[in-house]
Amino acid sequence: MTDILTAIVVLANYVFIPAIAYGSQLALGALGVTLIYGILRFSNFAHGDTMAFGAMVTILVTWLFQSWGISLGPLPTALLAIPFGIAATAILLLVTDRLVYRFYRQQKAAPVILVIVSMGVMFVMNGLVRFIIGPNDQRFADGERFIISAKDFKIMTGLKEGLAFKTTQGITIVTAVIVVIVLFWFLNRTRTGKSMRAFSDNEDLALLSGINPDRVVMVTWIIVAALAATAGALYGLDKSFKPFIYLQLLLPIFAAAVVGGLGNPVGAIAGGFVIAFSEVLITYPLKKVLKYLLPEHLEPTTLVQLLSTDYKFAVSFSILIIVLLFRPTGLFKGKSV
Amino acid sequence: MMVEPFLIGENMTGGYGTGADILQNCTIAVNPGEIAVIVGPNGAGKSTAMKAVFGMLNIHKGAVRLGGEDITSMSPQDRVAKGMAFVPQTSNIFTSLSVEENLEMGAFLRRDDIQVTMDQIFDLFPILRDKRKQAAGELSGGQRQQVAVGRALMTQPKVLMLDEPTAGVSPIVMDELFDRIIEVARTGISILMVEQNARQALAIADKGYVLVQGSNRFTDTGAALLSNPDVRKSFLGG
Amino acid sequence: MTPSVKNVSMFVIVACLIAGTGFIQSWNTALFILNMGLISAIMALGVNLQWGFAGLFNVGIMGFVALGGLASVLISMPPTGGAWAAGGLHVLLGLVLGAATVTAAIIAQTRLKSGRTKTVSTLVILIGGFFLFRYVFDGGVNAIEAVDPASTGYLGGLNFGGKNYKDWGFMTVISWPVGGILAASVAWLIGKTALGLRSDYLAIATLGISEIIIAIMKNEDWLARGVKNVIGLPRPVPYEIDLQESASFVERAASIGVDPVTASSIVVKLGYAGLFSVVLVIVLLLAQLALASPWGRMMRAIRDNEVAAEAMGKNVTARHLQIFILGSAICGVAGAMMTTLDSQLTPASYQPLRFTFLIWVMVIVGGSGNNFGSVLGGFLIFFLWVQVEPIGAFLMQAITSGMAEDNGLRIHLLESVAHMRLLTMGMILILVLRFAPKGLIPEK
Repeated sequence: MTDILTAIVVLANYVFIPAIAYGSQLALGALGVTLIYGILRFSNFAHGDTMAFGAMVTILVTWLFQSWGISLGPLPTALLAIPFGIAATAILLLVTDRLVYRFYRQQKAAPVILVIVSMGVMFVMNGLVRFIIGPNDQRFADGERFIISAKDFKIMTGLKEGLAFKTTQGITIVTAVIVVIVLFWFLNRTRTGKSMRAFSDNEDLALLSGINPDRVVMVTWIIVAALAATAGALYGLDKSFKPFIYLQLLLPIFAAAVVGGLGNPVGAIAGGFVIAFSEVLITYPLKKVLKYLLPEHLEPTTLVQLLSTDYKFAVSFSILIIVLLFRPTGLFKGKSV
Repeated sequence: MMVEPFLIGENMTGGYGTGADILQNCTIAVNPGEIAVIVGPNGAGKSTAMKAVFGMLNIHKGAVRLGGEDITSMSPQDRVAKGMAFVPQTSNIFTSLSVEENLEMGAFLRRDDIQVTMDQIFDLFPILRDKRKQAAGELSGGQRQQVAVGRALMTQPKVLMLDEPTAGVSPIVMDELFDRIIEVARTGISILMVEQNARQALAIADKGYVLVQGSNRFTDTGAALLSNPDVRKSFLGG
Repeated sequence: MTPSVKNVSMFVIVACLIAGTGFIQSWNTALFILNMGLISAIMALGVNLQWGFAGLFNVGIMGFVALGGLASVLISMPPTGGAWAAGGLHVLLGLVLGAATVTAAIIAQTRLKSGRTKTVSTLVILIGGFFLFRYVFDGGVNAIEAVDPASTGYLGGLNFGGKNYKDWGFMTVISWPVGGILAASVAWLIGKTALGLRSDYLAIATLGISEIIIAIMKNEDWLARGVKNVIGLPRPVPYEIDLQESASFVERAASIGVDPVTASSIVVKLGYAGLFSVVLVIVLLLAQLALASPWGRMMRAIRDNEVAAEAMGKNVTARHLQIFILGSAICGVAGAMMTTLDSQLTPASYQPLRFTFLIWVMVIVGGSGNNFGSVLGGFLIFFLWVQVEPIGAFLMQAITSGMAEDNGLRIHLLESVAHMRLLTMGMILILVLRFAPKGLIPEK
């Protein structure tokens, strides 16, 4: 009995908790991608670097606060800095839209042209981030490291295995839940939110109803900025901040958005967790879990790691391909533009 | 001299973009509380004529006036604000939004209380009240048309323009829909409608326009057109 | 100015830029730009074939380039003594089992009737096959990687020159077409599954594949040593040190007043340039012939109106597959050439910004749909890629010259010059797309 409990604890410690935190980060990223796709109708390759930019501003403001001695006690100071990250990202995105994307919107350019344009924006943002903060790893987490540490958990429960719950993981999950609730309240309950959904659903009819497209686009970019900066800062807080990591995150984020159904916000969240759980589960050595579940003579001799951690991209990618081949509009019905 | 109609597209000549002229000297008009119907063979430019009145294509000769004001150069969006509402033939609802949200979006430009109008629409189309929380895309063809008309009425328009509202619905639903349209007209709204089902449409029309190749061929009251032997022979199948 | 005069003069300007590098900086740098420009031009031609001719949006270029590099190792390096005996057959058997599993699963999917039997049997085949594959494969991998891991620990290549394998430099040239074939076979696999997808899905799919190819090359040490890199590949041109030891060479260098060390490296680079030019001319010629052929016209017809072409009985998917494979193969050839030029394979150096998106900048700036445009774009953008840094450093020096030596901002700006590259490339791409969307040499 305790063996089963221990196995569950091991699984929770190494798979569930990390996967929920990672899934929350992916979901926030995928929500941004899916909103842009729904409203502006293109796959934004610059989204990973938008996240990096938001995270960078958050880091810079965090350092400033730390130097002033401002802190949140046990919580990371970065939480106070995220609003500044969001504001800066919103300005960046609105300026980018005004200078770059708007022209193609007025031209009614093909979506693929906008994708190529977003590649250019990706270069610029990537360069900007590296130019300002450099290409290296940056640490900015402070406050209490654990909500529950593995040691405390062992003492508390008397089990052989510990369950660690990092503060950053807790904050990631709580923030993601709050952001998602606010976002859905906004989209489903407010006039502006409904007009965004209407615009995404049927642009021509939205125009006939007097919905102002410029305003919808502006609000979309601001929401995307909030999602991207939050996702980027949480990821940096939980793992580490390196500019190039965010470019690599693009693949699981796209996978999450497509798996859930591009343009569908609920799908983006579901997709984020599907991708995160698969990645973590398939690349985790299950020996530690099986050790407690199987009788001694059946105990595995290998690590029972289905794939090396370096292949986690392959996991998200395989899920992506399977979904695209068998259910092209995603698990939840997305747009098929 | 005759009093000018409330809405008139007079001697319109033009086409889409820089393409060839589809309309040649075409005139369409409607008065408050009236139903005006545009009929004609396929490719006669029926929908085009209505879109011209709504400002969706360039006319380089002629003019469109609403209540005496020249609106020829106004964009469709601005015409909505002036009291014109348009129901396209296809993609005329927000499929992923609920029925109620569809109506709300119709009233997007209004800042006053829209509940009264919404109740009126639910009285007009009672089925929509029952289904108001349902996604509009899940409704049947006839119900979707009701949502589309309802959305347009939410702007409290002076003119309601319908592009083939009965396309693809059963005859029973068509009769039902025409009855509702008459009801709407009785409230004083001008109705301008393009119809494929010419006979039934002319039966409810105060005014009928028979278009051929982008020009007016016959213009009269609906009843007169129905009894005109030439019209019957050429356009109503005898 | 007629278009052709304008085009020729643009080529002349780029040539002058590279020559100017030779006069102002060094001929070594100039020839480096020339050689990489030749390779970039070939890659751009491959991408232009896919995008310019057929409208296929491939953002997995990096993967095909890396496969070319892998081919270069697999062909030109000598086989590792003992590795094949230790685990070669194991690994091959494992791979065959893996392929058989996938094939069986596909057959089950297509042959069986829909329902629970189909789902269950597919899952059983996949899961059972996976464990069988891992069991056989892992054993072989461990055995191979144990063979002298410090210097080999991989299967090695097919260079049977024995101890003197470095004398068999021609093997590297053979590896170029092989790189093309390797890239083509992977492109076939991807194309079969992903080409039916919408343009942006194809983009995401190719982006994913290229990351996976790099992940495989980084992790499968038995194949090409992974991140431990393979160094010292044979070369199709003489070694500098041999030239410097040759009396006649030193004499000739002295006669034109150049020191033998510089002369030797320039001669070696010119050798590469000669070989690469031959390849570029062949590829360019073939691409031009293809563009003008009925096949090329059909491709553009499909690109401009897929629905109409399909209605006229053209098999759009099959044509797309053809051109996707061809374009990827060209990238593979270029990738093998690049690894040959470097004389080493370093999987960690493959970055999407450099090997995928930069090639896109070349194609767009040069003029998508025009082969000469791609060649021009390849040279020009690579020139800028190299030169933006020194130019940026110069500018920053000028801008910050008024500040104090220890001014924090000044130090930061000067240190950050290295990152100006990405910024500049992005700006160029955005500006060209906005103000000259047809590129420097537009499609006819």
